[in-house]
Amino acid sequence: MDAMAEFVVGNIVRRVLYIIREEDLSLTTAAMVGLNLSAVSDDEDDADRDDQPVLSATAIATASRNALHPPSLQTLLEDVPDSAAVQHTSSSGRDSEGKSKSADKSSRNRKLKHDVVEAMNELIQDVSTCHEPIVVRVEHIHQKYLFLEVILTFGSSRTVLQFLCVAKERKRSFLVLVAEGAPRYQGHLLAKELVTRGLQTTLITGSAVFAMISRVNMVIVGAYAVLANGGVIAPVGLNMVALAAQKYVVPFVVLAGSHKLCPLYPHNPEVLLNELRCPSELLDFGEFSDCLDFGSGIGASLLNVVNPTFDYVPPKLVSLFITDILWSISALLIQCGDAMHSPVSAITVSH
Amino acid sequence: MDPRRTARTVSDPKVRQVGFFTPPPDHAISDPPRHHDPIQSPSQSSPPVNDRSPSDSSLSPVMIPPPRHHSDALLRTALQATSPTKPFSPSTRTVMIPPENKDLRSPGRKVVYGKSPSSFSGVKASSVPASELTTVSVVNLALGISGKILTAEEAGGASVEVQNDRRASSKPLKEKTSKAERRALQEAQRAAKAAAKAEGSKASSSASKVVTSENTKPIKATKPSSQKNDGSQVAASDKKGGDRAPEKDRKKDAPHPRMQYDDTSRVEKAKKRAVVKQTEARNRVELFRHLPQYEHGTQLPDLETKFFELDPMHPALYKVGLQYLSGDIYGGNARCIAMLQAFKEAIKDYSTPPEKTLIRDLTARISSYVSFLIECRPLSISMGNAIKFLKSRIAKLPLALSESEAKTTLMLDIDRFINEKIILADKVIVEHAVTKISDGDVLLTYGASSAVEMILLHAHELGKEFRVVVVDSHPKLEGQLLLRRLVRKGLSCTYTHVNAVSYIMHEVTRVFLGASSVLSNGTVYSRVGTACVAMVAHAFRVPVLVCCEAYKFHERVQLDSICSNELGNPDAISKVHGREEINYLDGLVNCENLQLLNLIYDATPSDYVSMVITDYGMVPPTSVPVIVREYRREHLWS
Repeated sequence: MDAMAEFVVGNIVRRVLYIIREEDLSLTTAAMVGLNLSAVSDDEDDADRDDQPVLSATAIATASRNALHPPSLQTLLEDVPDSAAVQHTSSSGRDSEGKSKSADKSSRNRKLKHDVVEAMNELIQDVSTCHEPIVVRVEHIHQKYLFLEVILTFGSSRTVLQFLCVAKERKRSFLVLVAEGAPRYQGHLLAKELVTRGLQTTLITGSAVFAMISRVNMVIVGAYAVLANGGVIAPVGLNMVALAAQKYVVPFVVLAGSHKLCPLYPHNPEVLLNELRCPSELLDFGEFSDCLDFGSGIGASLLNVVNPTFDYVPPKLVSLFITDILWSISALLIQCGDAMHSPVSAITVSH
Repeated sequence: MDPRRTARTVSDPKVRQVGFFTPPPDHAISDPPRHHDPIQSPSQSSPPVNDRSPSDSSLSPVMIPPPRHHSDALLRTALQATSPTKPFSPSTRTVMIPPENKDLRSPGRKVVYGKSPSSFSGVKASSVPASELTTVSVVNLALGISGKILTAEEAGGASVEVQNDRRASSKPLKEKTSKAERRALQEAQRAAKAAAKAEGSKASSSASKVVTSENTKPIKATKPSSQKNDGSQVAASDKKGGDRAPEKDRKKDAPHPRMQYDDTSRVEKAKKRAVVKQTEARNRVELFRHLPQYEHGTQLPDLETKFFELDPMHPALYKVGLQYLSGDIYGGNARCIAMLQAFKEAIKDYSTPPEKTLIRDLTARISSYVSFLIECRPLSISMGNAIKFLKSRIAKLPLALSESEAKTTLMLDIDRFINEKIILADKVIVEHAVTKISDGDVLLTYGASSAVEMILLHAHELGKEFRVVVVDSHPKLEGQLLLRRLVRKGLSCTYTHVNAVSYIMHEVTRVFLGASSVLSNGTVYSRVGTACVAMVAHAFRVPVLVCCEAYKFHERVQLDSICSNELGNPDAISKVHGREEINYLDGLVNCENLQLLNLIYDATPSDYVSMVITDYGMVPPTSVPVIVREYRREHLWS
């Protein structure tokens, strides 16, 4: 999925930072145990040190401080094994410390790097296979409902596609209504995929959603991001679908991998968490040049084309979230999201 | 005899009070001077009658003032003596009830809608002798009112339930009669009734039977609003005497059940009579099997070649049909006006064949034109109402007129209809609506409605400062045309697509929507996507104002967008105009798993609509059936 924008990227960055901190923490606690020995060995190695006993004490203090408080990225970055860099830093105490510990630090950092890379590989694995635990849930849903269902979906989502394919494999009989998502018309893509896999598909326009919703049994959509209050950032047009589903009491199900959970709370999400795309998708450049006089200066301001990418769906319109961690409702999801991210982060992703 | 019910006071029904009102001080039962009336009920135990004249100043703005038609006043005063109810309410059918049941009638009047309150005494009422019917018709003649309207009153005897039973039982017997014959029968009966009123005879039944054999031109019956209830004709042809006519007229109130295209036998029959050869579309959507789904684009060249060959079809009609087919003319008002202009042309060139009467032959001719137009594109509700109007005018032509006089009369009538119902109505709507626009407003509109466009341009001319948001949708992209016209006039506009309506709605102060029709339960039947916009506006607490001329109102009811709709060209969905890179579905259109659904209309529930602006004023959507009931008959069809 392209254009997933900042949310998921921000989430992944936060998780990577979390991994680094975690690994470092585990290494530091291990190192604390053997630090006394290494401090002694340092004294022996660096003969030009006068205050070795003091150093060893501060070394221990530093190490314990690092262990007790979550280290800032500053310290982590400074401990990067680069002797040239260490010489240039200004903090004297740390410098000498760094130098003295550089030998074992370098080995420690190597281990840290190794652990971090391993953890990141796991993360990549998780994200790319996030579909599996989600699509497994399909049988739970279908068992409860009627034999022939009509499912409405919107735009194009890989998760939804796999979900529906698995449902078909399990011999559920249903009909899919795909709403084309103008102006990107992703619905066409999804319809094509479904048809080639043998599912009964009907393509409708986005404007016909309200007309058809009375005959729909369930709405299943994917999301770009899930916010901390349970709100969903979704392709534009889904708020309309969610409102229609609420009016006709049709379950509105959102499929989202756990990497899409953001610790953000939406304040004016339509504007602040949105992105405006090129207006030429709606109105071709120059199409209105015959009736607008752009040269006069006022002409251009007469016509304003708005093409947002995202829509915010408030949590009360969503019936169910299906993710790869938990099959849960919104409240549980929030806790899950909080647990995953460290509460303190020096870097914030800007929007 | 229900003692509980007599206690209710009833106010003067000629002032139909639809808003909040305080019950008037109890006027004594004083009979205003009335015409001497043969039907003077012995016990004038009518409920307290308000002597409010139509020009009572105590009407609040919410109320719909009663029609000020002169003849109506006469009619009302005459019938005041006979029945305490307003002439055009369904309950006036109580006129025929034997007097001792009158007290039952009045309390029940308000409770029951659409049924005769004589349901209390239903069984008894059906045995009303025909003699009483004659006297009413004499009364009406004295007033010079057309007999057709008052035949509703004649039907006072039978309750609707009894009617239904009779109709239902006779229907299986009569299935063999083709629709064409039945329609011809009914129209002949209507014409004959007009004749019968003039002569005061009851020989209409014999006359109509003669006509049936004459007129065998096949007519396809698919229009919902313009056709009379076939069932009524079925029952009518069975019955003898005056009962037939009144039942039929009352059943005209109930909309005709539309032809369902999943009934293959009827579809086959219809196809045989069709002028335009249609091939059925592949990949028909199951849910919409009851609607016609045809291949688009195949009929146009075919019809164009036949342009000079089709004798029965007038070229003006043909042209209009082709314009509908190609989509050159769209929009309720435009289509209606084009059709009426074409009818004018056809009438101008019409000459009565020998041995046929103008009325019947012209009516049949018009029906055939209409069925051709349906094949080009299903009728809109506005067109259906216009056709009903035209047919009623034809039927009411006095027989004494010469052919040329009749033709000029009809053409003048058509002109008057277009002027009053469409052009003047739009002016009135604009006058009303601009009062709702204030400086600093942000107005949202969807698609391209002629009424809304006029409102916006007029408000701009008046110097109001406002912004317009035009919401558009694929595949029609009608909003771009509206946008073009607005920008040219210098309005500042924002353009977006329907999916983004939640994004833009938080800046919008009012929503103006146009409508193809407003139905009797307040549902707005309009371009697909209107319901979405109205729903989102409602969620954001933005008032929704629907602008619709009153001639587009219809007495039918619709719950959702599926039972009656129009299906457009499915290929229009797979292709995106102007963006050739969206070609994901190329080559897949023949796959049997894929269906493309291109709805044209949808039904917006009335709770999303704050107000309907019509030429009768600004009313809530619940007032629409009142307008249909009170104003439709005399203003549209008299």
